[in-house]
Amino acid sequence: MAELNISERQAGDVTILDLNGKITIGEGSVALRSAIRRLLGEGKSKILLNLGQVGYIDSSGIGELVSSFTTVNRENGQLKLLNLTQKVQDLLAITKLLTVFDTFDSESDALNSYE
Amino acid sequence: MSEKEIELNLPSQIESIDKAVAEAVKFASESGFSDDALFAIDLALREAMANAVKHGNKFDENKDVNVTLRHLSGSLEIAVRDFGSGFAVEEVPDPTNPENLLKANGRGILFMRNFMDEVDWENPSGGGTIVKMVKKH
Repeated sequence: MAELNISERQAGDVTILDLNGKITIGEGSVALRSAIRRLLGEGKSKILLNLGQVGYIDSSGIGELVSSFTTVNRENGQLKLLNLTQKVQDLLAITKLLTVFDTFDSESDALNSYE
Repeated sequence: MSEKEIELNLPSQIESIDKAVAEAVKFASESGFSDDALFAIDLALREAMANAVKHGNKFDENKDVNVTLRHLSGSLEIAVRDFGSGFAVEEVPDPTNPENLLKANGRGILFMRNFMDEVDWENPSGGGTIVKMVKKH
């Protein structure tokens, strides 16, 4: 089984990626990067990452989230985070990235926040 | 509690990170550490191994990463040695400074310091870097 499984849903013009597994150095980080690049290539730049099933992320995975965020911003898109587990929330707090990302506990609130 | 020790010599590959972490978590679990402590050990060693493989040995498979796990009464000591050119930890930028927040790299040392009770770096005479970390019960 892959380290990180990613499935895609569409809600209006927002693409939701449901992530399940670990975002760590190597396979998990690469899978996320590839998914974001593919979406941007398809012109989908409003992206919501559902991290509800991601219980583990290392600094490489955090770096990949940051890279995804800046890459999507450069394309005039928006990348937001949904359903952070406590551990992931703690890691984003330690790195002060909760001040950078828009994060949501409710999918409908997240979807309504896109411009 | 009696002292236990394991030494691992692993090639400079991404796969070695998971191997070292799996051994350390098993070792720490058998030594009675809590789930929170196991998470901390997992993450801190993952970061130390990633630094050793990537930045220290630069994926040179002729260079091993040495990992020593030692359980003393009340604490687990982890040492990770690479055979790269060494680095000065005080020169690593603070990733929580506003100008560094959007950089993709540089958060591993922050995690190691946050999740372990002690973290120190040494540049041994034979070259490379040793990072020593302690997790207390």
